[in-house]
Parts: sequence; structure tokens; C-alpha cells
Amino acid sequence: MGIGGNGERMTGMKAGMETGRNRAGEICQKAAEAGENAAVKTAVTIAGVEFQNPVMTASGTFGSGMEYGEFVDLNRLGAVVTKGVANVPWPGNATPRVAEVYGGMLNAIGLQNPGIDVFIERDLAFLQQFQTRIIVNVCGKTVEDYLEAVERLADTKADMLEINVSCPNVKEGAIAFGQRADALFDITSRIKRKARQPVIMKLSPNVTDITEMARAAEAAGADALSMINTLTGVKIDIERRKFVLANRTGGLSGPAIRPIAVRMVWQCANAVKIPIIGMGGIAAAEDAIEFLMAGATAVAVGAMNFVNPYATVEVIDGIEDYLRRHGIRDIHEIIGCVK
Amino acid sequence: MAQKKKVTARVISQTCLAPGIYDLRLETELAAGARCGQFVAVYPKDKSTLLPRPISICEADPRAGVLRLVYRVAGKGTAEFSGLAAGDGVELLGVLGNGFPVEKARPGMRAALLGGGIGVPPILELAKSLRCERDVVAGYRDGRCFLKEDFERAVCGTGAQDGACGVPTAAGTACGGVPGSEDGVLTSSAGAVYVATEDGSVGTKGNVMDAIRENGLEPDILFACGPLPMLRAVKRFAQEKGIPAYLSLEERMACGVGACLGCVCKTVGVDAHSHVHNARICTDGPVFEAGEVDI
Repeated sequence: MGIGGNGERMTGMKAGMETGRNRAGEICQKAAEAGENAAVKTAVTIAGVEFQNPVMTASGTFGSGMEYGEFVDLNRLGAVVTKGVANVPWPGNATPRVAEVYGGMLNAIGLQNPGIDVFIERDLAFLQQFQTRIIVNVCGKTVEDYLEAVERLADTKADMLEINVSCPNVKEGAIAFGQRADALFDITSRIKRKARQPVIMKLSPNVTDITEMARAAEAAGADALSMINTLTGVKIDIERRKFVLANRTGGLSGPAIRPIAVRMVWQCANAVKIPIIGMGGIAAAEDAIEFLMAGATAVAVGAMNFVNPYATVEVIDGIEDYLRRHGIRDIHEIIGCVK
Repeated sequence: MAQKKKVTARVISQTCLAPGIYDLRLETELAAGARCGQFVAVYPKDKSTLLPRPISICEADPRAGVLRLVYRVAGKGTAEFSGLAAGDGVELLGVLGNGFPVEKARPGMRAALLGGGIGVPPILELAKSLRCERDVVAGYRDGRCFLKEDFERAVCGTGAQDGACGVPTAAGTACGGVPGSEDGVLTSSAGAVYVATEDGSVGTKGNVMDAIRENGLEPDILFACGPLPMLRAVKRFAQEKGIPAYLSLEERMACGVGACLGCVCKTVGVDAHSHVHNARICTDGPVFEAGEVDI
């Protein structure tokens, strides 16, 4: 990951800041010489899978790309991470399923999905038309459910699997896999034995020590981690004296959770060697860069897709601009540069 | 259907029609592809309120590029919108959802267009779009019957402006062009406007269903937008009469484009997209045939 070089680069950047305008001018000059489209390398590799850039979609916020394909060119994305899919269709929770809160939102969709058969036939077939990586998010209620879906995906064009053991909105206990290190170790190792594709374990932030969960997943053979899933929250309608969400609790996402997510990514990046995909309230390139500097190899845009349907491509363009502006040729120079 | 876009619209004007009810006219390219029953999502500028607010289209003038939104202040976001003034910019996502299926109301049919409360505004563009006889029944809380004159103009043509329309009846206002009118020709604008108020200050005391009964309306097809109890009553009425009814539903939304699955409604059959008994109000609706949805 070029971590060795990052310290130097940071020193360089600090020096640049100290000397002020001259340094900035020099960088601008360099960028100008290299031309508008100076090649900056943003490709990253996770578990042997190369991504053209580190920007993905967070599961559940982008469907399987069909809806947002009206707004953005899906070919530009590093990967589309699909809405969670189970071995059979799930109806999800009652409504209201969403509630706005200060700087974010709560959701309790309950992993409504059409089941793996329809997903493979329709959603995967759709995504295969694009030059983007496909990461399929898999959910389940029992280990057997997960294994069934994982096996059905074995012969498909899915590039990676992301295992959702952290959805706070499903009562049947999927979250239990993500909140106990021994259970996480068990399900991770069982999925790893069956999975044909590299496996990303998506971690819950609703734990006492997320590094313990990260270590358990790594020890069980997980190829990568993604974090964070939503934080469990509640919103009360004070006029009606009732919970706003039919499910009562929901998962908090959006910019409100970003500092927590950056902190957790940073902690885990220092605790495990496997790559991390960071997410939590990314709205713009500068947010994504925080995650990269904290140690994430890639990032995902989630709830902010709902706010700005062009967010993913704006983050991609913004990262490139940032790299050019700072005379950085390869994104690896900033990954994990803040220790 | 026109491609969905996020754009910046310019406020032409905003007026207050009744306490908490605002009439916002926007100049925007989105007007070009807008149809009755569709909606736009309006973004607050306050970044602590992230999600856009879905607001139905009250009127669309594609040629002038003007959208008219009539909305109720329901929270922080809409409270902010109520402060918009001419010349201000406002971000919109649109045009969203499927409109009312106007083609279902064939010439020769008589349609009843029912609006309740803040469900009244989208009925206006529908009234203008239908090419058959149509009666409008608008239900309000009290005598502040916003948009009533607009309906009279839309349903009665120019009559309302020169006083030829607007004959007061027990129910509210019935206007010309009723079957068997003097020239014997049913024009495209034939129909009447009825009002129901909860406090009985104007028209029928009660709700839109009370007004339908009191005026002996015998529609061949129903279109409705309003609160859920009203839509349930409309559905029952349609089933009793054996006529089709198209209901515009609402639910708390996040994305507005069908990705988040936040705004689903229960469906009677397995939905073609979800493969469960749920349809997305934003994308598969917001208008559904009453028999399709379990409300």
C-alpha cells in the first residue's frame, strides 16, 4: 500500500503549507505543465480485484444501479455494491421506514429484497453491461441462508461478496453475527470455505470495540472489511408520542456519523492488515479523502446518493482534482498517511 | 418519460393561500416533461435537513417552463420553502413518479376527481388534463377552500372569470356544461366543482365521500389524492360501484427514485419489481389502481 512513502509525503505537504503560496504556486505550475488531464493513478486493488478508482456505492443506497443509472454513468464507478440479497425474497419492515434527523437519516427498510434467483437473473445481468466491479451484498437470518446465497453466486460474474452481518433492522438475529466476535469468526470462516469470490465482512459500529470484530474477521480469513454499517438510533414524534419508524429503531447514516466512521476506520486500519472499505456520510471528495488518509483503501458513498444523485462521480472527480492539486501521482500516497 | 434531473429552479412568485398553505411558482426546465400526478423533490438549503421534500405538481405549463407547487408547511424543510421569494433559486429533483393515467378516462365517461386537504393541489392539473366530463370534489378542514376558483376556471373553462360559472348550490359550486346543457353539446370542459368542509362552513359538511353522496354523483371512474382514511373510503366506494379508482399515495421518502425502498406500500399481488407484496410509491406510483394496493 506504499505506507512507507506516505510519511514523507505528509512531511512534504506540511512543509508546503509552511512555505505558503510559493509551494502552492509550484504545485499549480507543475499541474499546469502536466496539463489538465495529468495522469493521476486512482486504481486500487483489494484481494486481487482491481478497481479503476476507489469509489463505490454503499449497499442499500443504490439498488443495483438501475435507478441511479439515469443520473450517473455507471461505467465510471469503482464498484457498485448492491442492495443486500438473501436466499429467498424478504418483504422488509412496515412503513414508515425512513426518518430524517439532524444531518442524517434513520432507516429501517428491513432488507427487503427479491431473493437471489431474481437478483442473479435481473440485477446481476444488468450490472454486467457496465465497466464497473460488482460487489454483491449478501444477507441472511441463519448461517445456512448466507451459505445458500453465497453458493448461488459462485458461478456468476460477481467480483466480490460483501457479507452483511450488521444490519440493525432485522429482528431475526443477523446482527448477532456482527456483534459477537466468536459468532463473527464462525460465520466468516464458514462463508470463506464456500465462497468462490473474495469476501468482505461489513462491520457493525454498534459494538464496544470494533477492532475486536475486525481482528476476528481477519483471523477467520476475511479478505477485506467494510465499515461502518449504520448506528442504531431512535426518533420520537413528540406530537403523537410515538416512534417515527414502524420498526421503532433504525440505522443512522449521513454526515452526522462521519467522524465516528473515520475514527473506526482509523482504529481498524491500525489493528488489521486486510484492506478496509470506508463509508459513513461521505458527501464530497474531501470526506472520502479523510477515510483514505485514515487507512481505507476504498470508500463508499451511501445515504448522500439520496441527497445528491451525482455524488459518486463528483467524489471521483474531486479525488482526482485533489491529487492533481497536490502533485500526487498515485492515490496510494495518501492511503493511511495519517497514523 | 423525460429523464430525471437535479436542477436549480428560479422562483417566479410565492403567495400564501391559507394558513400554512403556500403557492409557489417556479421557472424550470422540468416543466417540459411534467404530467399531472407527478411530483418533484425540493431541497432545503439548510444542510441539517438533507433529504429533498416530495411535493406534487399542482400545475405545469411546459411551454412557459413553469411549475406550480401548492404545499402545506409540515416541518423544517417546508417552513424554509415558505420563505422563498421571487428571484430565489431552489434545487429540485424531478420529474418523479408516474402521473394519473388520464387515458383511462375515455370520452363519454364521467370522472370524479377527489382531493382532500393537501391532496387537493395535484387534482388541478388532472382536471385540466382529462378529456371527458369530470366533477371535482375538494375536501377541506374549513372554509379556506384554496384553489377553488382555479378548479372552477379549469372545469368550467372561461366561465368562471366572467361570472357565467360558479352557481352556488347546497354542495358548493356547480358549474356549467352538465349533461343536457342548453346547447346539448358536452364540451371537454363539462363538469362541476363541489366542496366539502369538515366544519360545514362551505358546501357539504363532512368529507369528499359525503359530498359525492349528497350530490348524487354517479361517476364511471375515480381519481383521488388525500389522506389515507379518505383513500380507503374511495376504494370501498369504487368496489361497491364496480368502477375503477386511481389513488395517489404518499409515504415518507428518502431517495425519490426507487433505490432506497423507503416509501413502499402493500400490494395485493406480488409486485413485478420487488417480487414481494410491496411497491415503491415514488417509482411504481404514486398513483395506483385501488385494487392493486392493500391500504
